[in-house]
Amino acid sequence: MIKPLLFHTGRYFVMLGSTLRKPSNFRMYWKETVRQMYDIGVGSVTIVVLISVFIGAVSAVQFSYQIGGTFIPKYYIGYIVRDMTIIELAPTFTGLVLAGKVGSNMASEIGGMRQKEHIDAMEVMGVNTASYLILPKIIAAVVIIPILVSIGAFVSIIGGYIASVPFGDLTNLDYIKGLRSFFVPFNVVMMLIKALVFAFILTSVSCYQGYYVEGGSIELGKASTNAVVISDVMILLADYIIVLMLTT
Amino acid sequence: MIRCENIFKSFDETEVLKDISIVFESGKNNLIIGKSGAGKTVLLKILVGLLNPTSGKIWYDGHDFTSLNHKELQKLRNEVGMLFQGSALFDSMTVEENIRFPMDMFTKKTKKEKKNRVNYCLERVNLEGINDQFPSEISGGMQKRVGIARSIVMEPNYLFCDEPNSGLDPKTSIVIDELISNITYDDNITTIINTHDMNSVLEIGDNINLLHNGKLAWQGTKSEVLKSQSEELVDFIFASPFLKKLRGQAIDEL
Ligand SMILES: Nc1ncnc2c1ncn2[C@@H]1O[C@H](COP(=O)(O)OP(=O)(O)OP(=O)(O)O)[C@@H](O)[C@H]1O
Ligand SMILES: [Mg+2]
Repeated sequence: MIKPLLFHTGRYFVMLGSTLRKPSNFRMYWKETVRQMYDIGVGSVTIVVLISVFIGAVSAVQFSYQIGGTFIPKYYIGYIVRDMTIIELAPTFTGLVLAGKVGSNMASEIGGMRQKEHIDAMEVMGVNTASYLILPKIIAAVVIIPILVSIGAFVSIIGGYIASVPFGDLTNLDYIKGLRSFFVPFNVVMMLIKALVFAFILTSVSCYQGYYVEGGSIELGKASTNAVVISDVMILLADYIIVLMLTT
Repeated sequence: MIRCENIFKSFDETEVLKDISIVFESGKNNLIIGKSGAGKTVLLKILVGLLNPTSGKIWYDGHDFTSLNHKELQKLRNEVGMLFQGSALFDSMTVEENIRFPMDMFTKKTKKEKKNRVNYCLERVNLEGINDQFPSEISGGMQKRVGIARSIVMEPNYLFCDEPNSGLDPKTSIVIDELISNITYDDNITTIINTHDMNSVLEIGDNINLLHNGKLAWQGTKSEVLKSQSEELVDFIFASPFLKKLRGQAIDEL
């Protein structure tokens, strides 16, 4: 248990070491980065929006239920939905979902290239494959995923509105009053930091899984599953560490 | 010229290569032959540095390959072309983009220069006009030839071919052998070819190296094959009873 853990951790950092080298050809890297940005952004915005609507809606309904019969004013619903999504739900949910979507995709793309000897072919040409195949993905994710998370947070707040105001839980004005109460700008910074860290984790972990895949299609499937599972665990762990570091 | 000395390679417990020392000269078709599983691909991958030998030394024209630093290795790599056993064309790119890839990555050539070079390489492998097709849209033999085109696009000094004619019909096979051979002679490059194709051995074998059970079992030229008494070689080249009989007749006639 401890030996493979050390082995993988070590190899992961060695891979990162060669990934974060100066690119041999900026134009090729840039082209690849733009392609990845497009794939991640356009490919995931729908699912992120869909999930965010529900997160906001459920938060609103649930909080409304919890404060029922207490002296907590109704307009707190807006405040709670806003902060819960910004601080925790938008970055974490989006991170977990994108690990499943983007991460598994990256692992199987790179793993397929390893198995079909595309990576060997590039290495023989003199390409630093760890860098050329992984760096554009990391940069694209680190730029695009915080944007997706911001969209997610915004949509969640609308989701909360849709789930509470039309059903008479509280008035339009109350919800907006809640949204404007106790606003701490730092929470948005925290959201962006989380999004950035999660983006880095899910791409680097997934690419690692693909880059070192061996064997055949069964191993490729396993690599893709591992990419998701390990990314998820690391994201939750990082979430906890970030919260500890930034709030205490 | 590439020289390897006392190459050993083991995977876990199993020893795949035992004490291989070969000199591969430039301007010659250097063949590595042997049964399936003999270790040809492993040896080739060690020679290009995709695998590390357990022990042994490799020289590229006097440069100690294993002790090159990152920059030197990069420079040497740009002089190496390799055709993989499964072609290894990038399937998200067209034929032209595949062939152009090393130039895009490592040269500052203009669009027009690259285009001309791609067309020249496609011409050399008799595949003009398929620039915009994807690897999945062309046949296995065509993929092999595109693979060759890609491996020569940077005008390499060292060319490695892993079974360039496996899975091809005899005619195409000969075309590919001639092609590789012409490139080798014309540009005086060091070519190393893995094969278990008997025709190739007898047609283009300037320096033939037989691997058997991980050892170098026989070495010679195509004209020495027929006269050789080496049991391993006879067994490998004249595998069928019919061919053994032909060999007997040929020797009687000599
Ligand atoms: N990565 C690896 N791990 C363990 N064993 C390996 C590995 N690669 C090759 N081998 C073993 O090394 C031996 C030689 O394999 P190699 O691929 O070099 O054969 P080959 O001569 O190229 O055969 P073929 O003509 O079928 O391509 C085989 O027995 C194979 O099982
Ligand atoms: Mg082989």
